[in-house]
Amino acid sequence: MKYVEEFRDPALAKGLSDAIARAADPDRTYRFMEFCGGHTHAIARFGLEDLLPGNIRMIHGPGCPVCVLPVARVDAAIALATQHDVILCTYGDLMRVPGSGFRSLTKARAAGADIRMVYSVMDALALARAHPDREVVFFAIGFETTTPPTAVAILQAAKEGLTNFSVHCNHVLTPAAMRAILAGGDTEIDGFVGPSHVSAVIGTGPYVEFTRDHAKPVVITGFEPLDVLQAVLQLVRQVNEGRIEVENEYARAVSDAGNLVAQQMMARVFTLRDRFEWRGLGWVDHSALRLTDAFASFDAERRFALELPTPTENKACACGDVLRGVKTPVECALYGDPCTPENPLGACMVSSEGACAADWTYGRFRREAAS
Amino acid sequence: MCLAVPTKITDLLPDNMARVAIDGVTKDISLALIEGAAVGDYVIVHVGFALSRLDPVEAEKTLALMAEAGLLA
Ligand code: SF4
Repeated sequence: MKYVEEFRDPALAKGLSDAIARAADPDRTYRFMEFCGGHTHAIARFGLEDLLPGNIRMIHGPGCPVCVLPVARVDAAIALATQHDVILCTYGDLMRVPGSGFRSLTKARAAGADIRMVYSVMDALALARAHPDREVVFFAIGFETTTPPTAVAILQAAKEGLTNFSVHCNHVLTPAAMRAILAGGDTEIDGFVGPSHVSAVIGTGPYVEFTRDHAKPVVITGFEPLDVLQAVLQLVRQVNEGRIEVENEYARAVSDAGNLVAQQMMARVFTLRDRFEWRGLGWVDHSALRLTDAFASFDAERRFALELPTPTENKACACGDVLRGVKTPVECALYGDPCTPENPLGACMVSSEGACAADWTYGRFRREAAS
Repeated sequence: MCLAVPTKITDLLPDNMARVAIDGVTKDISLALIEGAAVGDYVIVHVGFALSRLDPVEAEKTLALMAEAGLLA
């Protein structure tokens, strides 16, 4: 596969791993957060931690959209599907995320709610066209990668004059979450492995501001194993040399300006929320988007009044700490027993990008082999 | 949801859509978010939309950088 196999080459991986070992100063530790769940997945799947010296620690970040969605928003999705006679469409990962009282969209669907898993927001739009007598709501989640597609769909719906289509918007912003992690202050971080495809959309500019404000280096990189190793090498070098810069290892997909078409569409349809609640990070100012007033008629939050009981968290689930990099998945008392990807008790065990799911699927075998 | 890999455009379709092939599977995706895509280009696809086009020259440069890092003593 082009652009894939080359970036998984074992000989190059060995070379990079040796280069990292040579560059790393044995007298200090390096703590790097990979923001994206995609990187968390790659690190677990390819056993990359085994290729790093012991004094380099990778800390998993909050870049998994279903993981950071707080219980209240999951409850809202379930309420939309059960209290109003809508067709609720959402990406597959969200189906099994537990809300209050371990309810989930999967369970609501089994109980009769009309909930459809879609691959693309355009599938939701097609459902709205096919069912003019029904309200179709797209439950939108994701960082800057899934936001532009939602914008395209809303613009298209407006153009077609569709009146039975709306979006429950839960789109969140990466740079705001990176800032919140540091503001929380309970995780020591020496540098960030920056997002791949989020950066393809937003470009490198937002991180330049971030490094200036927070004095942490960022290396934007791809999702293949060599990309992650190269990023770690560049971060080690920056730390050693006392440099604090944004480096773009992923220039094959990420330009400095980013995707201007996508940025323009997002700017037309969305505007900043004053604040938004994140699982693990709490309420974060200016960290999420809502529909602008011009598109208010497509905003499900304004269109449907929802009766929501106070959300109840599963107190034993350590997702919040895992998302802030304070705990590793195995440090959760529920990890593996009874929480598994087949029976997720927390959001981080649902998606393959979730830290708990990635660790359960790949990491534990590594530890078993090593012990 | 975010685990996109590069896919190759095999056909341009009406309405700003394209057909891509990956591992022998084909899929129709939207080109609404990128400009100037052509048959043979590799694109990163997220939830049915091409988000970015891969630059073969930059890919080679990065691979060369990686090879060089491994050689430095
Ligand atoms: S193992 Fe399960 S319960 Fe524990 S933090 Fe992870 S998702 Fe939550």
